[in-house]
Amino acid sequence: MRISTRSLLRHESILAILVIVALAVLAHQSDRFFTTDNLLNQGRLAAELGLVSLTMTFVIVTGGIDLSVGSILGLGAIMVGVFWHNVGLPLPLAMLLAVAVGGLCGVINGLIITRFKVPPLIATLATLALYRGLAEGISQSRSVRGYPEWFFRLGQGDVAGVPTQVWVLLAAALLAGVVLGRTTFGRATYAVGANETAARFSGVAVDRTKLLIYTASGLAAGLAAVIFVSRVSTTRSDMGMGLELDVITAVVLGGTSIFGGRGTITGTVLGLVLIQAVRNGLALAGVKGDGTIVVIGAVLILAILVSNLVGRDGDG
Amino acid sequence: MDATIASGTPAHRGPLARFASAYGQELVVLGSLVVLMAVVGAVNPRFLSETNLHSVFSGNAYIAVAAIGMSMVIISGNIDVSVGALIGVLGTISGTLAVDGWPVWVAWGVPLVLGIAANSVIGALVAYARIPAIVVTLGMLSIFRGGLISATGGKWISNLPSAFRSAQERFFGVPLPVYLAALLTVVAALWMRYSALGRAIYAVGGNAEAARAAGIRTRGMVVFVFGVHGLFAGVASVLFATQLQVIQSTVPPNLELSVITASVIGGVSILGGTGTVVGSTLAALLFSTIASALIFLNVSAYWLRAVLGLLILGTVLADMARRRRKGRLAP
Repeated sequence: MRISTRSLLRHESILAILVIVALAVLAHQSDRFFTTDNLLNQGRLAAELGLVSLTMTFVIVTGGIDLSVGSILGLGAIMVGVFWHNVGLPLPLAMLLAVAVGGLCGVINGLIITRFKVPPLIATLATLALYRGLAEGISQSRSVRGYPEWFFRLGQGDVAGVPTQVWVLLAAALLAGVVLGRTTFGRATYAVGANETAARFSGVAVDRTKLLIYTASGLAAGLAAVIFVSRVSTTRSDMGMGLELDVITAVVLGGTSIFGGRGTITGTVLGLVLIQAVRNGLALAGVKGDGTIVVIGAVLILAILVSNLVGRDGDG
Repeated sequence: MDATIASGTPAHRGPLARFASAYGQELVVLGSLVVLMAVVGAVNPRFLSETNLHSVFSGNAYIAVAAIGMSMVIISGNIDVSVGALIGVLGTISGTLAVDGWPVWVAWGVPLVLGIAANSVIGALVAYARIPAIVVTLGMLSIFRGGLISATGGKWISNLPSAFRSAQERFFGVPLPVYLAALLTVVAALWMRYSALGRAIYAVGGNAEAARAAGIRTRGMVVFVFGVHGLFAGVASVLFATQLQVIQSTVPPNLELSVITASVIGGVSILGGTGTVVGSTLAALLFSTIASALIFLNVSAYWLRAVLGLLILGTVLADMARRRRKGRLAP
């Protein structure tokens, strides 16, 4: 246990150095990078990814995976429009219900995984198709616009000079860090990922832990959906497509073992900063979005390759 | 990620019951296919017209071909979510070669070679670098997709030479891709059932430890299976590229999902170790029938993906329930 904690610290310090180097290179390359405006804007852009990455850390620490988060985000975004525009509910209620729909999607994932013992990879691959399909079917690929002005304060406004959603992200990161690092629930999460059978025999409520975690993952994606809609002022059924890739990359870059049992929120936050810095740097260097996807894909594979080569204790 | 399976033993039963038990899922798929065709045909007779059946059978032949390779990958206990993107890349390369005046055999052959090469790399990363297949292929998915759009700018390839498109030629009124899909399915099914190498795929997926103890080089097998999968993806990409007058040099949306769905619905167990490619080909056919049926029943095509998701989910849940029942019956 002590050894694994030490290697964990090592991974995080390596990552921190990597982040600093990346930031330094970016600052050197473009004088637009280290401006307050740009940094705050990057925080704004990374908030949705960040929220989902926090709960994904829990999911991957249990040895699971949730591929459906991007689709839940799409469905949540559509539901904001449906509840407000088509059903005619007040917007605050519609926002709340959209987050609840995300939570419901998470509950369904959790039940399929815990009750029917379907491997998370396949369960969430199926719901990835299902939730995105529901978003497309319900919306018929029509978008909803024309939200009232106050709604945009969440995604486009500031509180005390910092983008609103960055505050949300910071609060969520703090909460996630405390829960994973300092509570019994956090210990149970690690126990499930390290050795599920042993955890079960030690009296850990394995299924309940997993169900709660997948529900939280859905809720986070639902919340991210509302922020996304507020940021871009419209709802579309293809929102959040491919989000799962970025999220998993951030979490794995942050040192969370894809085999479960290891990982921290601090690491995930560092991974998130690194990904957003890379994206921003590539954009400033004139690389288009498609080129950025290539880099992120390569980074994901390389990150695990390196961590497998360095820390040989991960594989089974 | 690596799951072990309590295999049920089919003991003391008649040959018919054994057949039904061994090919249960294939029979279910075949049955649903017949029922679906009959029902939709009754509602709208034009559904069973020759033109529509042609498009149902030949339009999705490439999915059936790709699903053969995907089934092998899943049976070996792995997964590949990058196959749709790979087919998009290979199809674009194939079309570009044809337009640039290369002989047809080059335009058809290069995708096969590149498919084998690309997927062997994936297989090596999975087997030797010990990166889970889902992570490698998620990464490759974005590399293929992003790379393709960056390289082509999403431009359409047109003016394809007619010799290149002759892969869609008809014989006795049936398009060549249909023959090809059927032939490849039969050959692959026989190979997997009767050759030592084919059996080894099941062994690796069923219980990697036991397979290793039995003298199978499990890591080499994984690379080999991915390579074969790449070959089928190459064939699929040629069928895909020759299908229309133009090639949209983008990744066909949802393709990997359709391919995985076909494999899983066709009875390939998601836990590895069991399933046949006959089922996956039937399922690819079922899937294209559903897509066409939605149109003839006046259901918006936007619901297609939801139907797809429900189908995977239902099949997977049924598979798990069946396993649990078998596990309980076994002493």
